Amino acid sequence: MAVNTMSSSTPTSQSGAMNPTPTSPATAAELVTANAFAVKDLSIWYGEKQAIKNISIDIPVMAITAIIGPSGCGKSTFIRCLNRMHELVPRTRVEGKILFHGEDLYAAGSDPAMVRRRVGMVFQKSNPFPTMSIEENVLVGLRLNGVRNRQVLNERLEKSLRRAALWDEVKNDLKKPGMSISGGQQQRLCIARALAVEPEVLLMDEPCSALDPIATAKIEELIRELRDQYTIVIVTHNMQQASRVSDRTAFFYVGELIEFGDTAQLFNRPRERQTEDYITGRFG
Amino acid sequence: MPAVEGRAHAKLEVPPPSRFADKAFEWLTLAMALAVVLLVILVGWQLARGSSAAIQKFGFHFLATSTWDPVAEQFGALPFIYGTVVSSLIALLIAVPLSIATAIYLTELAPLWIRQPLTSLIEMLAAIPSVILGLWGIFVMIPFLRDYPFPFLKKYLGWSGLFTGPIYGVSMLAGGIIIAIMILPIITSVSREILRSVPNLQREAAYALGATRWEVTRIAVLSYAKRGLFGAVILGLGRALGETMAVTMVIGNTPQIATSLFAPGYTLASVIANEFTEATTDLYLEALFEIGLVLFGITILANLIGQLLLRTLKTSSGTRGA
Repeated sequence: MAVNTMSSSTPTSQSGAMNPTPTSPATAAELVTANAFAVKDLSIWYGEKQAIKNISIDIPVMAITAIIGPSGCGKSTFIRCLNRMHELVPRTRVEGKILFHGEDLYAAGSDPAMVRRRVGMVFQKSNPFPTMSIEENVLVGLRLNGVRNRQVLNERLEKSLRRAALWDEVKNDLKKPGMSISGGQQQRLCIARALAVEPEVLLMDEPCSALDPIATAKIEELIRELRDQYTIVIVTHNMQQASRVSDRTAFFYVGELIEFGDTAQLFNRPRERQTEDYITGRFG
Repeated sequence: MPAVEGRAHAKLEVPPPSRFADKAFEWLTLAMALAVVLLVILVGWQLARGSSAAIQKFGFHFLATSTWDPVAEQFGALPFIYGTVVSSLIALLIAVPLSIATAIYLTELAPLWIRQPLTSLIEMLAAIPSVILGLWGIFVMIPFLRDYPFPFLKKYLGWSGLFTGPIYGVSMLAGGIIIAIMILPIITSVSREILRSVPNLQREAAYALGATRWEVTRIAVLSYAKRGLFGAVILGLGRALGETMAVTMVIGNTPQIATSLFAPGYTLASVIANEFTEATTDLYLEALFEIGLVLFGITILANLIGQLLLRTLKTSSGTRGA
């Protein structure tokens, strides 16, 4: 993958010009050096406690970026900033800048709901809506956007479930409750639900931490397949997972970004002492 | 080997877990649960025993006739049944939307600093003695209703037949409104607890799809909580059916069945409270006991219907639209 080279935060040809139709993915050639997110001097506080300390990082487009680090290092907080989910926690404060395709995510007048439609998210525990069927779970985002056309909905339903590698398992049970399938299937249902609104970015906050090894393997395989169409940021405290699925890895420690680089390089030849200690299991 | 022997010995010294304590606990809780059931059965039995002569004399006519004439010893409970059911339904119609909206505001929308004071304030409403609320009803609410909202309703909704006839102030509608005020705190605080128990992960799932706050409330919170909210409403209905003092003071206490909600009415609970001291003959007293039995039955019936509806709500979930 061409984006595996460490690109600096140079503004790309896309910057400033919001792509109005997130449904039309740009070609790989256009985006070869593009960054989905350019984060500059980001700090986050929960009340008095500083969770993220002055982080600058560029997240490449159409690639998988893993964020690793011990519990409490701020990795979840960090990805929640990328779609403004952390704002749901009272008394949070953000300093610094996050540019999403060159556009300030936190600019006055920027609507968090609009941001979240372009930057989807999958959570640690699968959370399908329990009162909805499998079909309704996948389509709920589209219905929120006002899509009523039955044909469009049906197409998107199948497409999203296929992308989430769930279609063959549930195609005859679409009307069954979303909670009636296994834990791993529920998590893939949540991925399908996130994909159905056709976001540009998919954030995954420890998506396999509640799953058994077989379900985990399926999700990892799925993540690798999604890589060609989406920018993916995955938080994990499973280092093997990071090395298996990601193109780039960032190591966070107590709110700071210690090291960020090519996944193979970071795991084989870490530049920082702390990274080496962590990946060799000396702490964390 | 001494070491192994020592370990085996130490193991033996640990007393086996007491089966007795476990059993005793089980029996104790069972006895308490049974006591509640027994109490309900005893109340029903006592009411039935106290009204046996009236039940024998009037039979089914007691429930189906409208004459309430203690002098002629003719007793029919229909107007009271009607009054209790209608005033409670009016109360639910007013209190349920208000309570659930308040609960949504308190859990989903209100700024943090205002939530606790507002909750306490609403719970204080529940602490106002019924008779005080009744006095307020007579001296404040009724004159207000008579002067402003009632004429307005008569003018614009009189065609429906529900808001016609002379406006006295004391009326079925006034009774319903005062009950609504009385059941509002309980429905609000139970609903609030239920909404608070909705996992945050559900809200986040909706937010992550780009939902607005109202959409999050609708798809993630309300649909998750609807069974619990329905339970809160049934709890409120149970209270509404039995409300006595404040209703007695504003409903007008006239045993009649009128279409217009401006007409005075009477409830089962009110007639017992009003006439118990005047019940001079045995049959009169027995008739009042039977009124009590009917109220008891209606309350149980309302709860049973509630349980059944709750069950259909459970099975239908998963097929209803987003």
